[in-house]
Amino acid sequence: MAERERSHTRPRGAVFVPRAQVMSAADVHRATTRMAHEIAERNRGLERVVLVGLQTGGVSLAEQLAATLAEVEGASIPVGTLDVAFYRDDIGLRPVLPEAATDISFDLTGTTVVLVDDVLFTGRTIRAALNALGEYGRAQVVELAVMVDRGHRELPIRPDYVGKNLPTRRDEMVDVSADGVSLGELVTR
Amino acid sequence: MSPFPAHLLSMDDLSPDDIGQVLAVADSFAEVGRRANPKVPTLRGRTVATLFFEDSTRTRLSFETAAKRMSADVLSFAAGSSSLKKGESLRDTVETIEAIGIDAVIIRHASSGVPARVAQWVDHCSVVNAGDGWHQHPTQALLDLYTVRQALGGGDAGLTRFEGLQVLIVGDVRHSRVARSQVTAYAALGAEVTLVAPATLLPPSLEGWPVVAVSHRLDDVLEKADVVSLLRVQSERGSGAFVPTLREYTAGFGLTARRAAQLQPDAVILHPGPIVRGVEIASDVAELPASLITEQVSNGVAVRMAVLFLLLGQGPVEGVHRA
Amino acid sequence: MLVVGDRVVEVGTVDAPPKGSVELDAAGCVVAPGLVDLHTHLRQPGREESETVATGARAASLGGFTAVVAMPNTEPALDSAESVRNVLDLATAATAEVAVAGAISVGREGLRLAPMAEMAQLGVRLFTDDGAGVQSAGLMRRALEYATGLGVTLAQHCEDATLAADGAMHEGGWSSRLGIPGTPALAEEVMVARDLALVRATGARIHFLHLSTAGSIELVRRAKADGLDVTAEAAPHHFTLTDACAAGYDPVFKVSPPLRPASDVAAVKAGLTDGTIDAIATDHAPHAPEVKDLPFDQAPPGMLGLQTALALALTELDLPLARILALMSWQPAAICRLDPAHGGGQGGPVAPGAMANLCVIDPGAVWTVDPSALASRSRNTPYGGRKLTGRVRHTLFRGEPVVVDGEARR
Repeated sequence: MAERERSHTRPRGAVFVPRAQVMSAADVHRATTRMAHEIAERNRGLERVVLVGLQTGGVSLAEQLAATLAEVEGASIPVGTLDVAFYRDDIGLRPVLPEAATDISFDLTGTTVVLVDDVLFTGRTIRAALNALGEYGRAQVVELAVMVDRGHRELPIRPDYVGKNLPTRRDEMVDVSADGVSLGELVTR
Repeated sequence: MSPFPAHLLSMDDLSPDDIGQVLAVADSFAEVGRRANPKVPTLRGRTVATLFFEDSTRTRLSFETAAKRMSADVLSFAAGSSSLKKGESLRDTVETIEAIGIDAVIIRHASSGVPARVAQWVDHCSVVNAGDGWHQHPTQALLDLYTVRQALGGGDAGLTRFEGLQVLIVGDVRHSRVARSQVTAYAALGAEVTLVAPATLLPPSLEGWPVVAVSHRLDDVLEKADVVSLLRVQSERGSGAFVPTLREYTAGFGLTARRAAQLQPDAVILHPGPIVRGVEIASDVAELPASLITEQVSNGVAVRMAVLFLLLGQGPVEGVHRA
Repeated sequence: MLVVGDRVVEVGTVDAPPKGSVELDAAGCVVAPGLVDLHTHLRQPGREESETVATGARAASLGGFTAVVAMPNTEPALDSAESVRNVLDLATAATAEVAVAGAISVGREGLRLAPMAEMAQLGVRLFTDDGAGVQSAGLMRRALEYATGLGVTLAQHCEDATLAADGAMHEGGWSSRLGIPGTPALAEEVMVARDLALVRATGARIHFLHLSTAGSIELVRRAKADGLDVTAEAAPHHFTLTDACAAGYDPVFKVSPPLRPASDVAAVKAGLTDGTIDAIATDHAPHAPEVKDLPFDQAPPGMLGLQTALALALTELDLPLARILALMSWQPAAICRLDPAHGGGQGGPVAPGAMANLCVIDPGAVWTVDPSALASRSRNTPYGGRKLTGRVRHTLFRGEPVVVDGEARR
């Protein structure tokens, strides 16, 4: 998600400069484990649950969740990836290229889809994802898991599973990676 | 990464990075094409017009399908329709287009330079060259690159394998817009291009052309080839007067079964279509696994979707780096 | 200088101008014999929407020309006494002298000789099928022999049709990249060589129109060295523009013979300097916008030239003014027989008793070419926006000031 945000009206060649680390790698790991348990608890049985990670920030988180669920519940959860570049409502206004092709090789009809992303911000990406998901069958339920909810929603979208609630200023940037979560700024070079 | 050009008139307009971008985005659109409902809302509310002064049902349909799969509104003006009389002022046609509010116009014309002139006159419209005279046919070259990249394993890895790739472009290069686009395209990705043609079917001058070699004997260069790209013998564009007979052409330059057998096992065969069986390529050769002719056609839609998306679907691209 | 009626009366300080004289300020200017254009397309009859005798003559006057030779590729062609007389009649009211070049062959088709004698009776001294060359060596030979008998001069547009084919620009690196069919230099040179051989064999005289290649110019250089009666002209676009100009596919740069590479441009300049080329002729070729604004390969060739020729020569050629005037006034006047030696009043010298065909040139004036301000009915000039040095301030045609302070009087 951070990459997508960064490309939002930023000057060319801007660099992300971290100011503070708000979650360590260990914190992220713990939050992931907790969210996996929450998914299992809420969805008693995990029979019809599938995970769909948004390209590219949500993919590794989705994979982590699937791995943890497999360990904890012994369940093998299908994981797909989704790129929403073609479904954005602001096409032509900001530069968003598809980062990788969508790969959902199973029918979503009747499933509980847990959409997974790294950062939830305005909610427009999730709205686009909801539109895109529709192409792969009519899901029974769609839930949302994010590592960081940074506020500033512009649409009525809310997450079901959150790693950390992080109040931010609009002009700040949140970066999620294997090393943890940092808060910082975009600086023009 | 610099912004994608405003128009696609020629392969010269695209940097190697731009080419890589088109191919990568085309992968996403290829996935869209595999869905039960192969449609995305990307260009909803935009209008795309095809202006085909020269007839070509295949290419026009390919572009129109691409636009429709992105939910654009499509207007088609084909040769023979009353609005495109020969000799009617191009400028008037262009002014009409701007007045209607068309976002992209896809032009094919028998005269070189028409899309370039139109691009000089429009303010708010993207111009895509679907083939102008002998000059360029950039989307054909792009879909050829996409097809070869697929054969090379796809993705970024496939892209790097173009470096040093031995490409033969065979046939009437002199009158071919596909050849001009292909030479630039393959060379941009690092391939080594050899032109193979009778002397009369080469351009009068190869000054500035990024080719490494020229051959008048296909048999001499077949064994080294990784890619054999065949061109049409353009009877409507005057090839006829440049070789004594088609039989002579085929004897020297046709991809016969005998010649196909001399190719390396991994070599691939391309042709922009429509094929004249028995002239440029033998019927059975066109059906060999090495022949990627049908893949070219199906890749055409995804590549053209990528082109339209990059021209219309995003604002100026800005690259950002992590500290 | 004092001009009375149609004659120059005094040259030098004029102490007592007669009452009622009109004074034209020529401070800082050069008074020269009026320029003579060997090669103008006036388009009348047949293409009046692009130019007429009247508008073309006005453009000529503004360019400093007091005489033009009108080319016969009108519709219908000027291949008979009647058609020639028609144009001469139209020209009686013109602001410049209009001499007509008659066609060599009927309809300019290159098949049968046109009635040159009856046209010569009306004063035609130059014959050409311009727009095309005479393709048949046999016909050209016959024409040269006949012309010699009449004492008239044949002028050739050197272009072998089978070599030129459908060429729309110079055949070379640019045409290959742009995908435009090309006309090779060969197409011109082959006909120059052929006609020089015919001239050598027949003892005839010949004038070559718009030479554009190094090869052609070298052939003429050697022919002159051998004493053949050969003259040649070059157009301003062939010493100021190259084939690279076609890169944007703007048909304003399409001309026949086509714009050539820099090496040929250099050869044209060298030919103008060393005397191989005797005249600068505009090949003024107006085309209405709706006709010129077609795709490059379909558009008709030709560009305007009358109002920019002198300034281009002064700006781009590294030659003294006197040499440029030789190329644009008295040498062309001699070639088309409008000079005093042949009973005409063109080409000077500027002396008491001479016909007052004069142009007053301000050699230092800097101006920018504005296509919309040109007198021609058409706008197809490639020089729009170009800054040039040297401008015609006044033009006197048979004593009448037809251009005063850069403005046409009628």
